Parts: sequence; structure tokens; C-alpha cells
Amino acid sequence: MATSTPKTTAAPGFQYGPLLAGWLFPGAGHFLQRKWVRGGLLLASIGGMFVLGIAMQGKLYTSAHDILDILCMAGDLGSGLFYLVSRQLGLGAETVQVTTADYGTRFIVVAGLLNIIAAVDAHNLFTGRKR
Amino acid sequence: MTLSPSHYTAVLLFALFVSVVFAITQRDTPKRMFKYGAWCFSLFAGSAIVLSWLMYFVAR
Repeated sequence: MATSTPKTTAAPGFQYGPLLAGWLFPGAGHFLQRKWVRGGLLLASIGGMFVLGIAMQGKLYTSAHDILDILCMAGDLGSGLFYLVSRQLGLGAETVQVTTADYGTRFIVVAGLLNIIAAVDAHNLFTGRKR
Repeated sequence: MTLSPSHYTAVLLFALFVSVVFAITQRDTPKRMFKYGAWCFSLFAGSAIVLSWLMYFVAR
């Protein structure tokens, strides 16, 4: 029975470069590999989700007091520079006071989680695990 | 700038963004990406409608 093995032709260079770049800036890992359309769509989707979350007065987690806060903060950190810059600029609400702010908070957390998936995808493209 | 979308608009925006990322990261070719993205979007939006009606009847 024939089995298909994934193509593993790793490109030369620092193996974790696209992973780090993709984490710091959405789509950057794909841009480094000249995947312009994929990178642009990822930037538009993840960046758009993060910006909409901020615009909806979503909360940026800055400290963690219980397990749910820790998980949400881990999600926020997935956005890389978006999270760090927004925190420095004082964007995002301190507390969730309106219903849309709750949606916004989820948008921000999910944007970070999606960015981690996108960064891992860039790493897989670089190592040849994915085309 | 403050944005206050309705719950359903927020669901559609969420579905759109997540579907795009899922499609790009989970499939190899553009054609398969488009099909998978459309599938994910329809599942997100469709399940929101079905669950909404379900909750409507449960609450009555």
C-alpha cells in the first residue's frame, strides 16, 4: 500500500524566523516567504479582528488573577506587537461595561489565538511540512 | 472610535475572520482554501441561526 509522506525540504536560514516574525506581526511569517496574498489576508483578518475588538471597547488583559484571566492573557499575548503597542498606548477598556465590550474582548483574545495558528503555519511552510 | 455592532453582525464578522485564517492555515491550494473557508463560514453563521431559534423555542 502506497503511503504519502509530507515533503520536507527545509529552506536555509534560521528555522524559527518565520514563527517569531509571524507572532510579532500578523502575516509577517508569510511575507518573509513571499506568500503575499496569504500574508495580506492573514494581516487583514487578524489585524481587523484586533482593531475591531479595541473599537468595541474590548478589555486588554494586563494582569491575571484567576485561571480564566491567565488563559485570556495568553490569548492576548498571541497578537504580539499589536498587544504590546496597544498596552503602551493605553488602548482597550479597563473593565467590561457594555455588551459590545464583551464581544470586543473575545475578538481580541481570538485574534491572538489565530495569530499563533498563522505563525505556526508560516513555520510549517518554511520547514517544507506544508506547501 | 467606538463601534457597537449588533450581536448578529458581530457573529458574522467573527465567522468571516476566523474562516479566512482557518482556510489559509488548514488547506494547501487556493481552490481548497476557498472551499474550506466558505464551508467554515456557513457552519459558523448557520449554527448561530439554528442555535438562536432553538433558544427562542426553549425560552417560550
